[in-house]
Amino acid sequence: MSYLPVLILVVIAIALGGAIQILSHVLGPKFPNPMKNSPFECGMPPLGDARHRFSVRFYLVAILFLLFDVEAVFFFPFAVTFREYLGINMFMVLEMAVFVGILLVGYFYVLRKGALEWD
Amino acid sequence: MKQETEQRTLDLGLPDSEHYSVEHDPDDLWGDSQMIINIGPTHPVMHGALRMVAKLSGETIESSYCEFGYTHRAKEKLGENRTYHQFIVYTDRLNYCSALINNVTYAMAVERLMGLEVPERTVWLRMMCAEIARITDHLICIGINAVDLGALSYFLYGFHQREEAYTLIEKLCGARLTTSYTRIGGMMNDAPEGWEKEVKAWVGRTRKVIDEMDRLLTANRIWHRRTVGVGVFTKEDCLKYSYSGPNARAAGIDIDLRRDQPCMFYKDVQFEVPIGKNGDVYDRYAVRLEEIRQSLRILEQCADKIKPGPIWVEDKRVRIPEKHAVYNTMEGLIHHFKFFMTGFDVPAGEAYTTFEAANGELGFYIVSKEAPRAHRLRIRGPSMFHYQGLDTMVQGEKIADLVAALGSINIIAGELDR
Amino acid sequence: MDMIDVEIMLAKVLLIVLMVLQAAPIMAWVERRGAALIQNRLGPNRVGPLGLFQSIADAIKAMFKEDLVPAHVSRFYYLLAPIACLIPAFMTFAVIPMAAPITIEGRSIHFQVADLNVGILYVFAVASLGVFGIIMAGWSSNNKFSLLGSLRSCSQMISYELSLGLSVVALIMVYASVHLGEIVQGQAETLLQLGPIAIPKLGIFVQPLGFLLFLTAVHAETNRLPFDLPEGETEIVAGYHTEYGPMGFSLFMMAEYGNMLTASGLLATLYFGGWQMLPGFAYVHGALGLSGNAHILAGVGLQFLSLLLKVIFFMLLFVWTRWTLPRFRYDQVMDLGWKVMFPLSLVNIFITGALIYLGWI
Repeated sequence: MSYLPVLILVVIAIALGGAIQILSHVLGPKFPNPMKNSPFECGMPPLGDARHRFSVRFYLVAILFLLFDVEAVFFFPFAVTFREYLGINMFMVLEMAVFVGILLVGYFYVLRKGALEWD
Repeated sequence: MKQETEQRTLDLGLPDSEHYSVEHDPDDLWGDSQMIINIGPTHPVMHGALRMVAKLSGETIESSYCEFGYTHRAKEKLGENRTYHQFIVYTDRLNYCSALINNVTYAMAVERLMGLEVPERTVWLRMMCAEIARITDHLICIGINAVDLGALSYFLYGFHQREEAYTLIEKLCGARLTTSYTRIGGMMNDAPEGWEKEVKAWVGRTRKVIDEMDRLLTANRIWHRRTVGVGVFTKEDCLKYSYSGPNARAAGIDIDLRRDQPCMFYKDVQFEVPIGKNGDVYDRYAVRLEEIRQSLRILEQCADKIKPGPIWVEDKRVRIPEKHAVYNTMEGLIHHFKFFMTGFDVPAGEAYTTFEAANGELGFYIVSKEAPRAHRLRIRGPSMFHYQGLDTMVQGEKIADLVAALGSINIIAGELDR
Repeated sequence: MDMIDVEIMLAKVLLIVLMVLQAAPIMAWVERRGAALIQNRLGPNRVGPLGLFQSIADAIKAMFKEDLVPAHVSRFYYLLAPIACLIPAFMTFAVIPMAAPITIEGRSIHFQVADLNVGILYVFAVASLGVFGIIMAGWSSNNKFSLLGSLRSCSQMISYELSLGLSVVALIMVYASVHLGEIVQGQAETLLQLGPIAIPKLGIFVQPLGFLLFLTAVHAETNRLPFDLPEGETEIVAGYHTEYGPMGFSLFMMAEYGNMLTASGLLATLYFGGWQMLPGFAYVHGALGLSGNAHILAGVGLQFLSLLLKVIFFMLLFVWTRWTLPRFRYDQVMDLGWKVMFPLSLVNIFITGALIYLGWI
């Protein structure tokens, strides 16, 4: 139930964005010509297409993010209960230390492999 | 007529959707991920219409080639078709950020060919003009360089002083940007009374602003990371590409035509020539900033030394007739008509005159065959030589470094294309 | 849930919509006037008093400009992209508590649009959706500059999301909750008693390093200088919105300012006590001499004002930063994110854990 306002906000955002685009489409004049319809490439005829393979670096960032972010998500439940469990036993803290250790091993592996060199 | 225009707009050589794909070798994964991109002529970083075609791998420029000529106006040819007097106006449009230096250098070139000695006051005035123009040019260069790297406020700090400098120039000749202030054998008119004092006051204010700008950016960590070691052009490269001016000095070449080939009264004023070491963007920035300070110093000395006196040579050939003579006497009117319609003959010979312009060595090579028009007029614009080195400078660096490098060598399209 | 509940909910939704919608024109004005103030010039001062209506004039102008959808774009995604950017901008501010929950005539009212128990996690989840809009815009534009811009933006935003999340982990350890309302309430406790002055347990005091990391990361997330590479004007023309007409661009700007508003709201809530009253406000509240419901409502008003002032402070900080610093280079941004911020946020977690273990915070 508490997500209902969020849903309303989404609907409003879509409606607003759509309405503004439609309105400006209706109100604005239209003078298309071939030059306007070509992709902007600094006033020259484009050299080739924009849609072909691009550098693998960008892809690598996405993969790394996926790995580390999923690992980072595990921190949140731990963080919430950290104070509570601290008094009971230290096992959870040790567990988390091991987890961070594994994460760091991965991080240093990536670092050594040069995946974070942006040359 | 209408049909013709339509034809022209349609036939632009744009790729249509059918053959709108780039040919590639499916096995060549690495080569295929490279992107060929046009940077310019209408790109925010290309100051003026310059074009660079770069082959990118990710964000790195693998190779590139530069193109120019989009603002070519056949200046040298115009020089052969206009009288010496008429050509003064065209010199404004060379390096329009420091038009006064072009005016002064051109006037010196023609005077040298004619063997004229301009009066002392004119020389001092010209020196002051040249230094004010140098300051405005450097303010633009380092300011725009900072804007390209995202620091807009820095630029506007300098811009305020530049506007004040233009007001000073406006008091001399009524124009702000395209001054056309010098005449062959003199100046358009004398400086208004108290102008030197105003210049001195402006120098004081500008010093404070320059210090302020220095504090804002020079020690900034981000600025350092963006400029140190970026766009390096070594001493050898500079010599190879015939670099001059601040760009060569930033690489450690100790040249300054004001000191090495003293013309005007540069021998009588104290100034230092700042020298860089690494030839990177930071050094070019630092050299220019220091040169502004030195120019302010020169200006101050000039303002002290300038004395009232005549501003025209006593040579009837080049001297523009007095207005009251033109309106009141027949001879005066004829003189005026002949002066502006046919111009004056310059003795046969050739001469190359150089001066340290804001960007480097600005030279006028004039071949005269005893006529009112030059037989050949060649202009050596420093930007031309600097632009040739851009490919070497940015090879293997990022697009963002291209921005920094191009801003730092201060290419002025008017001077480059001429 | 009866009618009054629905009305209250709708009123809160309306408030959020108005705030986000107003953020764009007002911030555009603040940014231009602020820039002018920093740069010794006047800025827009012709339309309305102090140029306040400049943004409205701009909006009207943009509305009547030619809205060209170029022939080479993927139409559907091209038109969808600005909306996809706008949605998260609207959604994220919903969870920020604007005042303490009150009870009037047996009805408890929460001053946040969506009182979600996942709180901060919701913000992260939704905020990362913004990347989709940018990728869509870059790809559908079929232009190399757009593509480069969107790729840059995407890798920058996801890289800094990591540090953003991890810097908040340490904060959550301190307050033992992901619920923003509870975090704010936790900040009212006393950290240190210095004679008569009680220093509250604000996020900034217990997490100074975390605050700096978070501040840097939100600058990167909202694509503001010194991290404005996606739009890095001088390098890749206008980044992912190169091919967009006036209103498409305006929608992207609206989303950016909406994100800035949320970022400021989060900074205020997480590290500066959110709706906790500013020093002196409690005295004013007492001095008003009201009682009953009026007293409670005056408290709500003052709390909301406190939050608003804090948000405004951070918005101004964004503007101030923008007009002071130069821009990073792409690889430097990534280096900072992966090689400095990421390890530092892990270190921050360890330090926080140790301090909690020692019982200092």
